[in-house]
Amino acid sequence: MFYRLTGVYQTDYAKDRALWPIPTDRWIALLLLAIAIAAPFIFQVHYVANYMLPWLIWSSAALALTLLMGVAGQLHFGFAAVMAIGAYSSIHLARFGVPFELALLGAGLISAVIGSIFGAAALRVKGLYLVMATLAMQYLVDWVIVNVPAISGGAQATLRTPDVSFLFIPLESVWLYYMALLWTVVVTLFVLNIKRSSYGRALVAVRDKDYAASIIGVSPFRYKLSAFFTSSFIGGISGAILAFCYYQAVTPEQFGFHVSIQLVAMVLVGGLGSVVGAYLGAGFVLLLPMILTNFVAGLGAMGILNVSASLLAHIPLMAYGALIIVFLLAEPLGLAKIYDNTRKYFLVWPFRHGQS
Amino acid sequence: MEYFLELLINGALTGLMYSLAALGFVLIYKSSGVPNLAQGALVMLGAYLTWYFTNAWGIPIFLGIAVAVVAMFLFGMLTERFLLRKMVGQPIIMIVMLTLGLEILLRGVAPGFLGAAPKSIDVGIDLAPIIIGDIFINRGYLVGAIVALVLVAASLLFFRTRLGTKLRAVSDDHVSSWAVGISVERAIAVSWALAGASAVAAGVMWGAEQGVDHNLAALLFPAVAVVILGGLDSIYGVVVGGLIVGILGSVIPGYVDPLVGGGTRDVVVSLIILLTILFRPHGIFGREDIERV
Repeated sequence: MFYRLTGVYQTDYAKDRALWPIPTDRWIALLLLAIAIAAPFIFQVHYVANYMLPWLIWSSAALALTLLMGVAGQLHFGFAAVMAIGAYSSIHLARFGVPFELALLGAGLISAVIGSIFGAAALRVKGLYLVMATLAMQYLVDWVIVNVPAISGGAQATLRTPDVSFLFIPLESVWLYYMALLWTVVVTLFVLNIKRSSYGRALVAVRDKDYAASIIGVSPFRYKLSAFFTSSFIGGISGAILAFCYYQAVTPEQFGFHVSIQLVAMVLVGGLGSVVGAYLGAGFVLLLPMILTNFVAGLGAMGILNVSASLLAHIPLMAYGALIIVFLLAEPLGLAKIYDNTRKYFLVWPFRHGQS
Repeated sequence: MEYFLELLINGALTGLMYSLAALGFVLIYKSSGVPNLAQGALVMLGAYLTWYFTNAWGIPIFLGIAVAVVAMFLFGMLTERFLLRKMVGQPIIMIVMLTLGLEILLRGVAPGFLGAAPKSIDVGIDLAPIIIGDIFINRGYLVGAIVALVLVAASLLFFRTRLGTKLRAVSDDHVSSWAVGISVERAIAVSWALAGASAVAAGVMWGAEQGVDHNLAALLFPAVAVVILGGLDSIYGVVVGGLIVGILGSVIPGYVDPLVGGGTRDVVVSLIILLTILFRPHGIFGREDIERV
């Protein structure tokens, strides 16, 4: 096959840490990037705006969460609240007349600071208790957003995003997509590289056993907080991009508790701590329920299947719950592991065993 | 003063109803260490099944409840056998996510197949409140609180029986229980089945009060606050935690809601969870985990 490699032949650590250990990986990544850039010209506008655009933005949010949950091992069930903080701060900053570039940075910083408060719980507890603590904070943030009119614009209100331009390009039509693509590429490169830096290895040490990490001189205090800071920064900006490029009018419900669960599901279905997994998981969790509902609705319209409206409305929930259960039982390491198995198979194809 | 007393009494009764929903959580956590975040959905399913059996089969309500208890007993056992048993030894995030997946699935399945519109269960409780002096007491909550206390007492007695002693042994240490010939799997299955059965009680009482629909699954949140505050593995904790969550969740919103425009109950519940975790993670009566490298 086109990327055959019969074994691992690195002779120094620099090669072991290389971003692309196999040249073909780089070409595949570049090919995917080229397709993503050309997408508005190849695919119909409908598909780009309604499927690819949200997929990209949710992937960047899932990458931020996978950095926190997969690499640093801190469970977070309130990530939608962090994104909400980013979305609302960016809109308010942009409305004050702050340039969009600075508004994004400001939104990221505000989310990062508030997100680090979530991390304060992580310094004290872990595991189940951390899940509950972040969940409680999600409710608190939601309540503050809904009940402070200065933030949400009053109860039950939707807040429209103002027209903005990024680097002198007005953000509209196809540029919305490119903005999301640019952000996702930046986040991807960042997370890919963090995993092979000393910082990333320190996070992994804290994940594996924080006591042991502190014995060898890696401060859990510092790395847990900074993991929350970094990932909330990325999550906040992703929330802002989601608001500006996709929703264009935000309500508190768009960042509710169920969205947090959805993000965790993306990370788990994709595979904890994996960059490819974040993309695959986001795509799967986001698109599968949509496709299934359309499919069943289609069957109903053709008269093959008799489905009631209330059943149809609940298919996404069922599909998505079943998806989580099936993945956890059948492949706890997620789609990333399936991808990895396939890749390993083709590395030595047509032989059955390699040394990798 | 009357206003305060009314909030206090109704809060305490609501709190005991929360304990009813939280009891199953403790039963499962105590025996297997699994945090069952699907407990709210089990409560909803119990209410839906009761409604279905009484309406579709046209049987009297108490027979319907009995059939639902049997069905949920089996459902709990099957859940343990086919979902949770495969997760033994997996990291906690996997188990939490599995029960959440079950929660989401049930929240789709029950309203999807049995109808999403709110349904009513009539257990023959008079809607008119009991009036003592100037205080109005909700009759449904009063009955629910009594049922809760009865069930809690029953679980306390149960843990003194032969089977209950086995369950306590399992909760202490799985490996040692195997060593003395206790079937850990069966003990955990029994705890799931009991949790399913107690979910029917919670579902019927709450369903009679606020109608049967997907909102019953939202009981998970106060129930989690109750068990965190009381201690995840303590039956006494369920009653005490329930009373505290219920009273604070009724008195504080009673005075603060008019000032800030509503929804303070969720805030109080969140703060209870958060403060308990920050200051005393194992709760009032819970057993403290000691971690070793």
